[in-house]
Amino acid sequence: MPIYYGTQIDSPLMLGTAQYPSPAVLAEAFRRSGAGIATVSVRREARGARAGDGFWALIRELGVHILPNTAGCHSVREAVTTAQMAREIFATDWIKLEVIGHSDTLQPDPFGLVEAARILCGEGFKVFPYTTEDLVVAERLLEAGCEVLMPWGAPIGTGLGLNNVYGLRSLRAHFPDLPLVVDAGLGLPSHAAHAMELGYDGVLLNTAVARAGDPAAMAEGFARALEAGRLAHGADPMEPRDMAAPSTPVIGQAFLS
Amino acid sequence: MSVPITVLGAGVAGLCVATELSARGHAVRVHDPNGIPGPHACSWWAGGMLAPFCEGETAPEPVVRLGQESAAWWRQHGAQVISDGSMVVALGRDRGELDRFARRTTSHQWLDVDQIAALEPDLAGRFSRALYFADEGHLTPRAALAALTDHLGTRGVPITRDRPAQTTGPTIDCRGLTARDALPDLRGVKGEMLVLRCPEITLRRPIRLLHPRIPIYLVPRGDGHYMLGATQIETAERARASVRSVLELLSAAYALHPAFGEAEIVEIGVDARPAFPDNLPRIRRRGDTIYVNGLFRHGFLLAPALARMTVDHIEYGIIPEVMHDAHS
Repeated sequence: MPIYYGTQIDSPLMLGTAQYPSPAVLAEAFRRSGAGIATVSVRREARGARAGDGFWALIRELGVHILPNTAGCHSVREAVTTAQMAREIFATDWIKLEVIGHSDTLQPDPFGLVEAARILCGEGFKVFPYTTEDLVVAERLLEAGCEVLMPWGAPIGTGLGLNNVYGLRSLRAHFPDLPLVVDAGLGLPSHAAHAMELGYDGVLLNTAVARAGDPAAMAEGFARALEAGRLAHGADPMEPRDMAAPSTPVIGQAFLS
Repeated sequence: MSVPITVLGAGVAGLCVATELSARGHAVRVHDPNGIPGPHACSWWAGGMLAPFCEGETAPEPVVRLGQESAAWWRQHGAQVISDGSMVVALGRDRGELDRFARRTTSHQWLDVDQIAALEPDLAGRFSRALYFADEGHLTPRAALAALTDHLGTRGVPITRDRPAQTTGPTIDCRGLTARDALPDLRGVKGEMLVLRCPEITLRRPIRLLHPRIPIYLVPRGDGHYMLGATQIETAERARASVRSVLELLSAAYALHPAFGEAEIVEIGVDARPAFPDNLPRIRRRGDTIYVNGLFRHGFLLAPALARMTVDHIEYGIIPEVMHDAHS
């Protein structure tokens, strides 16, 4: 099971907390999936609120680790300020760092991301950067002090799955010991299983679960797929090959055609 | 007439309960420190859609079922209900949203280009298909609240600002979010809305524009006015419409029809809806006090059913289906 900044989490699943039909449905999704980390959007919801209030109290009652995020921040300064606010509200130095570079695709701004990561790591934050699968950006983030990377599967909310399997595999190969989590773009449990088969440590989901007709059932589906993918990766899968290779010997059988 | 029943709170829940009590022969008095309905009440900022089937997209079954009794109740108690249905559309690249909406709701029919043009001529040619919910309606919340207030007045039911010195007899607490002092699992869900004046365009019925991030609705208020709503943010903050929210709402309205680019912004409203964790309403009894609360975004849709169930409980001891109580 993944270890992020020295903390072991008992599930590869991180779940977002936005867009559910109700907090009760959200809680049920956590219960049925066993997700170990809840990400929360600080910028939009938390202004003027205290962490013990209303919705935040319900999130706390989930009894999982809380990973505040800087969703919706388009500049380094916004992201840094939001992270500092999150640390006060949730009394955690974990921060999922998002610096959005494009308002339509919501894809990360890698330049701002590296800069914000450097500032926040310097202030003692434990940064979980939402990034692309770009290897060079990944190296810069590690230089900035990040000990986890969260490359996207596809743009936020698209549900397209793993758009660049080669890039994700390459990232895994270059950083064999670094916790890697696929963040964003997953739509189906099979996408999550795929990420785990590549050797990833976990996935972060929100829309795929929250906007399903039955979010709790979908969350459980993802949890099972993650387990399937994790087992498969550990079991050393067979190599695919171009020619059929029968699993029972055919020597001596009659040719029937 | 015996000891009057005291209703606390003159928002949509309190006024519906008071109206139902009075109509069924009970002596009632209504108390609200702010007096008659106004900007202090979140009902003031409501959309007024009586759209139980559309709400079924995300709301649990009781909302769809109980909401269906609202239109008749409002009409019976003097509010003007417009029963022209509602229409749901999506922009080209969000077409999948419309299919999803159709799968998760009932009592609708698909419209093609011509049928859209026939129902809403000003949307002609803008959307290739739409969903039409013929059995839905809408009202104007402020007019509906005024109708109840007037009607209560003619029946001699006062709405007083000062809390009665001593309350004997039953109390129905409909104070909305203020009742968090007694209902700890109640939370606020912030909503931001606008009222626009756009005489260039005529929409006859509520239009919902689906979008994965910024779904909006427009409710015609008559005289070229439209209510544009609404954000749904998990905070109990009751003020401060943010630039981002207003930008998003207005951009979506502009995408629905460019004529809204020239509309006048008449009002920007903000408040927080009272909600329980499952976003369903509750009727709770504590001794002589009955709490009616948690109507979330379904105030005008569900208040009539809650009023009926509350009075049935008082008169016959019927346990309302929404009385299940997580904390007792």
